[in-house]
Amino acid sequence: MTTAGEPERIWADALLALRLLARDPHGLGGIVVRAGPGPVRDAWIERLRDALGPERAFCRMPPGIGDEGLLGGLDLAATLAAGRPVTRTGLLAAADGGVIVVPMAERLEPGTAARLAAALDTGRAGPEGAPARFGLVLLDEGRDDEAAPVALADRLAFRIDLDSVPPRAALTEGRAGEEPEVEGPDPVAMLCTLATAFGIASPRAPILALRVARALATDNAAVTAARLVLAPRAERLPEPAPPPEAPPENEREETPPGQGEEREPAPPEDVVLEAVRAAIPPRLLDLLLAGGLRRSEARAGRGGRPEAVSRTGRPVGHRPGDPRRGRLDLLATLRAAAPWQRLRQGEGRLQVRRDDLRIRKLRRRVETTTVFCVDASGSAALERLAEAKGAVEALLAEAYVRRDRVALVAFRGTGADLVLPPTRSLTRAKRGLAGLPGGGGTPLASGLDAALTVALGVRRGGGNAVVVVLTDGRANVARDGAGGRARAGDEALQAARALRQAGLPALVVDTGARGGGAKAMAEAMAARYLALPRLDSGAIGAAVKAIR
Amino acid sequence: MPPFPFSAIVGQDEMRQALLIAAVDPAVGGVLVFGDRGTGKSTAIRALAALLPPMNAVAGCPYNCDPASPADLCPHCAAGAPRKAQKKPVPVVDLPLGATEDRVVGTLDLERALGAGVKAFEPGLLARANRGFLYIDEVNLLEDHLVDLLLDVAASGVNTVEREGLSLRHPARFVLVGSGNPEEGELRPQLLDRFGLACEVATPTDIATRIAVVRARDAYERDPDAFCAAHAKEDAALRKRIEAARKRLPTVTVPDAALEQAARLCLALGTDGLRGELTLMRTARALAALDGAGTVTDDHLRRIAPAALRHRLRRNPLDESGSTVRVERALAEVFA
Repeated sequence: MTTAGEPERIWADALLALRLLARDPHGLGGIVVRAGPGPVRDAWIERLRDALGPERAFCRMPPGIGDEGLLGGLDLAATLAAGRPVTRTGLLAAADGGVIVVPMAERLEPGTAARLAAALDTGRAGPEGAPARFGLVLLDEGRDDEAAPVALADRLAFRIDLDSVPPRAALTEGRAGEEPEVEGPDPVAMLCTLATAFGIASPRAPILALRVARALATDNAAVTAARLVLAPRAERLPEPAPPPEAPPENEREETPPGQGEEREPAPPEDVVLEAVRAAIPPRLLDLLLAGGLRRSEARAGRGGRPEAVSRTGRPVGHRPGDPRRGRLDLLATLRAAAPWQRLRQGEGRLQVRRDDLRIRKLRRRVETTTVFCVDASGSAALERLAEAKGAVEALLAEAYVRRDRVALVAFRGTGADLVLPPTRSLTRAKRGLAGLPGGGGTPLASGLDAALTVALGVRRGGGNAVVVVLTDGRANVARDGAGGRARAGDEALQAARALRQAGLPALVVDTGARGGGAKAMAEAMAARYLALPRLDSGAIGAAVKAIR
Repeated sequence: MPPFPFSAIVGQDEMRQALLIAAVDPAVGGVLVFGDRGTGKSTAIRALAALLPPMNAVAGCPYNCDPASPADLCPHCAAGAPRKAQKKPVPVVDLPLGATEDRVVGTLDLERALGAGVKAFEPGLLARANRGFLYIDEVNLLEDHLVDLLLDVAASGVNTVEREGLSLRHPARFVLVGSGNPEEGELRPQLLDRFGLACEVATPTDIATRIAVVRARDAYERDPDAFCAAHAKEDAALRKRIEAARKRLPTVTVPDAALEQAARLCLALGTDGLRGELTLMRTARALAALDGAGTVTDDHLRRIAPAALRHRLRRNPLDESGSTVRVERALAEVFA
């Protein structure tokens, strides 16, 4: 996919983005730099620092920064030492007019991301609303699905991907790609049309592109802006407009002159469309060509695992710590300070030092959610469905005592339904189950996908998830709702492997008379397998208890 | 930079209508806005707050108390200091994800505890939001215990603090505005049901509207003051309309026929409990007041029903259509 000049072109664009950002950090929001650590990224950052100059702020955000560090507030150590409140300026306000570099942006906590986004929107930070007009550089070292928080990336004008730039190229100035000349169409209309053509939903994209175009102030500014801002955000490829849909390499080299001659007044939009299409980063282009829906990225960006230290729950003792990151345990703090009072020689007033501060240790009971994925198709006859309902209800009745939850996904016809979102309410479950219809084809892949989504959602909320699949394994409807046993079977196995990859404990209950599909599927998802041609809810209940 | 003027927001009629209704009658119980990113959700809420007439508040009171209210409701005013009135803008408080309970509820004032050895209360976000708006972006990702707490306070209008040896109550009446993207997580049904209105916003799909959005934004950014001045007249008209609607609200009558229609609509949709009918009636009344009408008519019910009811429907696996379609179908049946 890469042509000979590709790395130079990417590097040239990266440098152009950097110069633009240095001119107006706040207005353009910033840059997402997708690259592993290394000389190329360091060289880029060094150049950004040079472009900003010595008098403008260039801060690096420490990972795991707290509110007082970010927004400003009480400096605990200094306050305790001085015996009077000492405040300090937050990082956001300190960076006013400059740039904040955020390393490991793919692991940014949602709370921190939300504060950064709010400061970008309002230009102010902290309780007093100190001016904080900064630009952000998100260093995204994510692999595969990991990415910087979408809410934040959406507000930043540029995204560059330096992984394909060799260190040698980083020493040069790069070489800008050639751009088609476009004669005076309205830039606003053009950018909006382009954004729509590339499936970019957020209106922020054309707005940012327009700002970039104004900052560039060249003849061809709108085209450059579209290439820099819109191309890396492409969600889909536009309908192929020109007939020569050959490999894009050739296209880039020969179309600009060729096209202009062939069709007399080539619509300027099409020319630009091609220019932008050529600027889509290769990795993204592969994804788009494969029709990869990038929805999952939105989720993966969101912190992933729940935080290790629980902020809620039942107190179980105390530990030293900063009371602004947890809850102060006043009694324990005083107890820790008490033995030292003579040594500290306070004048009647209690002397508390930072080391004395104790915060509460909390423990949250991790609840388990059993996600039932039930085959409600015609092949899995209706009575079995009734048995499955019985099993769910039996488990729920028990779960009520253990404070566990149950969810139910049913698949039939052309797709899957989340009949019962994770709940521990027996009434709700009964009502949801009562209306569950049966009959139709077996879209097993859709069912497993839906179960995976629910289970990951549970996990994100800090709970454990267990998946129980009740099916005869005879998939005959593919994800898109089309019939066909072979493709449906393949997709089902694929979905099953995704479950294994997520590391979810699973149980497959084979409700078919003859074995076959279900067994292979259980192997694909590394699940326990239970052949139960005659279902009984008691047996299922026992098996579920065994896997969790 | 002055906030983006409310009257300059392009499209998103349903969201604007819902926010205006909440401004006329804060008792409708909050607005939920679900939809894509960058569709002007937070712009609209900030614009609304700037549009509203400034309120009378006790000078120096961290809880924005109304000077006309009884003094013993809040710890600051109960202390007996003279209550001087002061005009304040209507507060819009952001509740960020990952906010600690301490920040929301308020906690022991560490500064004064350490510095002066005084046990004092440091008011939290709930105190700042009193009589204004509490805006939660990505409300569907908020931790459960915070959601529970917010619901409790929003329903009672009082924040009760019992922690770190502090024990006090202060008024916390606010309009809860939540926004989020349903693809990233659902809201618990208990919480959904507590919001008065729910609207869906979507990115405009036709290019003409998108161009209008970008143009408006661009004009605003290039010269905020001129842009606001150009819309000042419309904003002022809207402000007058809200003020007039607030005055008219107590006198707007709801005829029995309208109540019956509301009940039939809720029955047809199978909504749980009576909250559906109550909200429908309340919001229709606020809408009538905004329109300058003296009584609620079928037209008002019809216009507000999707927003008032769509989040109260039971999920029905037999019916694959979205909840908005179901409400519209029921509307067509009932108002046939």
